Amino acid sequence: MFSIISTMFLGIGIGYVLRNWSILQKTEKTISLTIFLLLFILGVSIGSNSLIVNNLGKFGWQAVILASSGVLGSLIAARLVLQLFFKQGGKQ
Amino acid sequence: MKGSLIVILFFCIGCVMGLFNKFEFDTHTVSMYILYALMLQVGISIGSNKSLKAIVSHLHPKMLLIPLGTIIGTLLFSALASLFLRQWSVFDCMAVGSGFAYYSLSSILITQFKEPSIGLQLATELGTIALLTNIFREMMALLGTPVIKKYFGKLAPISVAGVNSMDVLLPSISRYSGKEMIPIAILHGILIDISVPVFVSFFCNL
Repeated sequence: MFSIISTMFLGIGIGYVLRNWSILQKTEKTISLTIFLLLFILGVSIGSNSLIVNNLGKFGWQAVILASSGVLGSLIAARLVLQLFFKQGGKQ
Repeated sequence: MKGSLIVILFFCIGCVMGLFNKFEFDTHTVSMYILYALMLQVGISIGSNKSLKAIVSHLHPKMLLIPLGTIIGTLLFSALASLFLRQWSVFDCMAVGSGFAYYSLSSILITQFKEPSIGLQLATELGTIALLTNIFREMMALLGTPVIKKYFGKLAPISVAGVNSMDVLLPSISRYSGKEMIPIAILHGILIDISVPVFVSFFCNL
């Protein structure tokens, strides 16, 4: 985890030094491509995991309940934090 | 939205390929390297941003309330979810929720921490549920960012993303919630990242 964050800071350094290179403004495209690749590899690792594939029905719905609950909880919390602490004074 | 659909498409193609081929390479190692490549690019895009100084000067202590909200909201509702999942205790459900979309780490930790108390079979099952739960959470964040922003405000995409607010979800957060949210999203990701092993081990030992 530490090395991942360090990699990002290395990137910030590189990006800052070379900020006038116009090619660096195209990172949004390459970032999307990298994310596609990352999700593709995730798919491969799930598809080739027989424990998951054979029990998808049994584990899947439990995971749906837990994921939806977690998402709902954080949505409500984020909404409350926004209204209670970030709304006064208008937009930042 | 188009980007999210392409992401899902790549994920599905990957699943199908994984089903029918036995790959020789270690997918975990490969995805780690890709994650490094991603973080380097995310860093470069932040560093080369012309309004970097203005963005950093927006950081404020009250922004710590956002990761705090993510943690409290997720854990509270994960605990409620245990009402529907009789097989697992409240703390098991909270341990799964503590993954905050960090599927790889949380599933491994849960399998390891639960094995001494409930045995390898059940621990592996809970670990698998944790993996799927946190993948689903990432998918919901990836697909839902525009809708989430619309109905729950600009902080919600960060909160739902959990640990991924600093990497995979950062481009969508910046697009829908605004570029000024980038430092908050990174701070959120780092703090949630640190909290994952702490909370998972805590709830597994209760």
